[in-house]
Amino acid sequence: MKNITKLGAVSALSLIVGATAAFADNIKIAFIDPLSGPFASTGTNGLHQYQFAADHMVNEKGGVLGGQNFEIVPFDNKISPKESLIQLQVAIDQGIRYIAQGNSSGVANALTEAIDKHNKRNPDSRVLFLNYAAVDPALTNDKCNFWHFRFDANADIKMDALTDVMAADESMKKVYIIGQDYSFGKAVAAAAVANLAEKRPDVEIVGNELHPIGKVKDFTPYARKIVASGADAIITGNWGADMLGLGKSVIENGYDGPIFTYYAAGSGMTAAFGDSAKDRIRLISQGGINPIATEEARATYEAFEAKYPDGNIDQSRIFNVIGMLAQAIEGAGTADDVVAVAKQLEGMEYDSMWGGKIFMRPQDHQAIQDMHVGVHTNENIDFDYDNSGYGVFTESTVTMASMDSPTTCEMKRP
Amino acid sequence: MELILVNVIDGLVTGLLLFMLSAGLTLIFSMMGVLNFAHASFYMLGAYFAYQISLALGFWVGLLIAPLIVGVMGAGVERYGLRRVHQYGHVPELIFTFGLALLIEELVQFVWGKNQMPYDIPEILNFTAFSIAGNSIPAYKIFMIFISVGIFMGLLYVLTKTRVGMIIQAALSYPRTVEALGHNVPLIFMGVFGVGTALAGVAGVIAGPVLGTFPGMAFVLGSIVFVTIVIGGLGSLWGALVASLLIGWITTFAKSYNIAMSDILNGIGIATPENLSDNMFRDLWTVTSPQIADILPYILMVLILIFRPAGLFGKRES
Amino acid sequence: MSDQLTTDPSKPAQRMRAGSMTLTLGPWIVAAIALLVMPYIFTSNSALTIMNQMWITVVFALAYNMLLGQGGMLSFGHAVYMGLGGFFCMHLMNYIEDFGLAFPLPLLPLFGGLFGMGFAMIIGSFSTSGAGTRFAMISLGVGELIAACSVIIVAFFGGEEGISGDRTYGLPFFGVEFLKQIEVYYLISFWLMLSAALMYLFSRTPVGRMANAVRDNPERAQFLGYSARWVRFYSFCASGFFCGIAGGLFAISYEILTEENLNAASSGVILLVTFLGGVGFFFGPIIGAIAFTLLQTVLSLQTDLWAIYVGGLFLATVMFFPGGLAGLMMMHVPAMRLGKASGLIVPYIKTLVPGAIGILGVCALIEMTFHFRHGAKGDNEMTLFWTTFDSHTILPWLIAGVVAAVGLGVARATAPAMKEAWDEANTAGGAS
Repeated sequence: MKNITKLGAVSALSLIVGATAAFADNIKIAFIDPLSGPFASTGTNGLHQYQFAADHMVNEKGGVLGGQNFEIVPFDNKISPKESLIQLQVAIDQGIRYIAQGNSSGVANALTEAIDKHNKRNPDSRVLFLNYAAVDPALTNDKCNFWHFRFDANADIKMDALTDVMAADESMKKVYIIGQDYSFGKAVAAAAVANLAEKRPDVEIVGNELHPIGKVKDFTPYARKIVASGADAIITGNWGADMLGLGKSVIENGYDGPIFTYYAAGSGMTAAFGDSAKDRIRLISQGGINPIATEEARATYEAFEAKYPDGNIDQSRIFNVIGMLAQAIEGAGTADDVVAVAKQLEGMEYDSMWGGKIFMRPQDHQAIQDMHVGVHTNENIDFDYDNSGYGVFTESTVTMASMDSPTTCEMKRP
Repeated sequence: MELILVNVIDGLVTGLLLFMLSAGLTLIFSMMGVLNFAHASFYMLGAYFAYQISLALGFWVGLLIAPLIVGVMGAGVERYGLRRVHQYGHVPELIFTFGLALLIEELVQFVWGKNQMPYDIPEILNFTAFSIAGNSIPAYKIFMIFISVGIFMGLLYVLTKTRVGMIIQAALSYPRTVEALGHNVPLIFMGVFGVGTALAGVAGVIAGPVLGTFPGMAFVLGSIVFVTIVIGGLGSLWGALVASLLIGWITTFAKSYNIAMSDILNGIGIATPENLSDNMFRDLWTVTSPQIADILPYILMVLILIFRPAGLFGKRES
Repeated sequence: MSDQLTTDPSKPAQRMRAGSMTLTLGPWIVAAIALLVMPYIFTSNSALTIMNQMWITVVFALAYNMLLGQGGMLSFGHAVYMGLGGFFCMHLMNYIEDFGLAFPLPLLPLFGGLFGMGFAMIIGSFSTSGAGTRFAMISLGVGELIAACSVIIVAFFGGEEGISGDRTYGLPFFGVEFLKQIEVYYLISFWLMLSAALMYLFSRTPVGRMANAVRDNPERAQFLGYSARWVRFYSFCASGFFCGIAGGLFAISYEILTEENLNAASSGVILLVTFLGGVGFFFGPIIGAIAFTLLQTVLSLQTDLWAIYVGGLFLATVMFFPGGLAGLMMMHVPAMRLGKASGLIVPYIKTLVPGAIGILGVCALIEMTFHFRHGAKGDNEMTLFWTTFDSHTILPWLIAGVVAAVGLGVARATAPAMKEAWDEANTAGGAS
């Protein structure tokens, strides 16, 4: 019986072998993120932003290296590290040299190690890892490697900038920290405690807890504790359903202070928060959209909205990734020698259309850029999220946040 | 003291919501002997249908109509799907409901997309009913309590005091005899399945605004419902109620009071090790009750299954 | 005439029966040769990676079927044994790297198996008293518990990033350091053949046969003097051992193990995989694992809606052929024995091919609906079955609709003829 099944497998596997891409002239960038399952909306939205950025910023302007276009090749990893490793292998076999990924630090950790090992064992098919959203600090510290570049500020940098802004508020005396019980949530909590101790030792941390990730259905007990503690401000790194549940619950149960978050906008969340969270929720992120920084950015956003009326540019750093990669390829004169491209990328200073400069630190491949604290509101919003009329308005900005922060990265260079 | 009262109310709300889901499931189990893995999916469908109806006709119409639609769908699934698979045994029935749950989740994403739906509490209930020591109790929670209790009362009344209820109870225990007496037992089964799923639909309608209406909502709630009916005893309505309330209160209280494992261990005399960050058991030392609050029901279930396999109120396994 | 009480080993078709007492080497030799030869047909690294995933799933599914098909025990949390074995192997790998132990990599899965078996012994000690709902619920509870603990107990499970390692630090095994994917492939293939052979032999031992008996009628089995409970316990531990081996293979292949390997979704998937393949036959899970891996990996490259198709396939399997793919194949054995199977070929082509085309038409409609509803504005083009077309015009819809209707209609019309041919093929010696 086994031979029959093998025969079937043979004919089906030929599908994979046959499905190699046709165009040799395009520079392909693999997008390995969830396109199905619970996180599909974030992944699909990110894919749209990548495709739009590649078309709008590079292909419509004549491409790079005298006419080569960027092509984004999507791979659905279903948020699973194992699937991501399989899709990485598929991408490498298709001749793709640039891997973009961002959703889930767990997947990013798996990918960065796999890519490091692959590049070591197969020097003739090396790839670069363009991490555009995974913010676990370890990726540019203990687990750093030469092939990984991070384009979003990591959790520590974000907390550094956020606490700078929070520290300026003299009326804040009690802070409650709550997060998801995994490496990212713990990193946020640790960074918050350390930063607040340094910048505002008079502030009392009245609560510091972790809740199981993705399992809490009703945040009411947590909200009760927060209200009972008399906190003036809440800090959380929650995302997805956990953020929505927590935010709605604390507001509903009588808390009336600001909520400082990392990820409380876009993907339906802005619409779901709506009026109840107006002027309450604040976000720390790069690339402010309201007010928009340059005319180029305005034109880009409007063209994006025309093409994807239900989409949001909630990860504007994706445009920075494409821009910086194009600049690096032009500078290196080649898209195949990834070592040369990487050497162009590290130390690069790039003018972002969303305002400010991006500096890719050579010592740990962490991008340093302006960080903005925005507020969820419907006033002065030119570009809203989820067609809800609500968006994020930039309240304060920290220029080139954490430029001189230390790193434990000991990078081995090829 | 007041905080205890607040937690009692919160636990009550969670427990009653869980009860509405587990009541239908335990009835279906006692009828077919099969655990309906798709039960939480009907809960999800209830929320989505109610959301869609509420966009056009308002929340209250949704509350009325959505469970009916879900109930009809459930009856259809029983008539055309489960009845066919029933002949093959228990395992295929289980896998059928499993596959159905997968399919429903995919279909929901296909039709409504993958984002969370802005399904909101109706305006007239969106206020604070009263406050206990600064903790506000939203009126919607009181509404949830009343609806759940009302449904329980109604169910109990129908099952114990009406003729239809007696026929159903008889058919659940001795279907062949009841059939011999001339009653249409397949129709009764279809009806019980439909009512069970309609109950899950009601739970979805009222829980959707509070717990969020998104494609993963069935998966999040799915396994805890099974835990509930196992603890209560498969097939027992009272068991489902007691178990649901128990779980609601346990999880709420565990989350409210930050009981740290290190305190307990110190209390019984084991000293905290010196270098905690290198210690092999460091995670056990730093765990606090909110972290494990949601897995306490599983621990309870395993304990019950070891020491009292039939559950709290269940009949002895034959 | 066709139903003998004893099997005749000289007739090939009779050897396939699960009840056969003879051990036939034919399929095993063919399988071994196929395993050796496959990398020369599919040379790309990604094909090797996918095949590795297939073989790991095969070992896991076979181990699961020891409980489900042979023991009649439905377990909802079985992924934990594979996961625990894998995590243990990962830690071992890291010890080898940190302390420079002289340990050859090929032995690693054995330790994964032992760890998995150890855990199975602990859990089995209280869970195997009953076989039905009670066993299933305990397995669910334990599975969820361990999966939940995996995020809390960071020391062993590594939290969200899991535990990762490097497989190239072991003692070189005959000069091979397992740097290349192809070397890993042969290692996994070796363990696959070994595990499958051992599991097959287990099912032929008295314990294995008693497991079948306990599945069918526990009370009667006890009349024979065997304790149903101990038989189940032994099956459970053996299953845990092979699950641990699968976990070790996973650790070697991917060099990382995360919470995903333990969670309820993985347990659910292996149940579906085993059922899809067919629980009544030893080789059923093998087919199921191969089919499912292909579906999940290859189909997802073609469409975002692969989960709908997979869910639909499972429902169809349960409703129409609960014996799984293996059952479907074995259904033809009586006809083959009678020598009348060739009479089925033409009716099959007449019914199944239009049916398949009709189903493809329905799939096209589903894909177009999805693209129409959720695609970007202005992005009207979509590619399906190697043609690019505009999903907003009426023509593609008409074509797909017509294809679907015609295909399904023809299949429906020729179905009675197929049924007749089937009856004819299964009746011995002429019309009844």
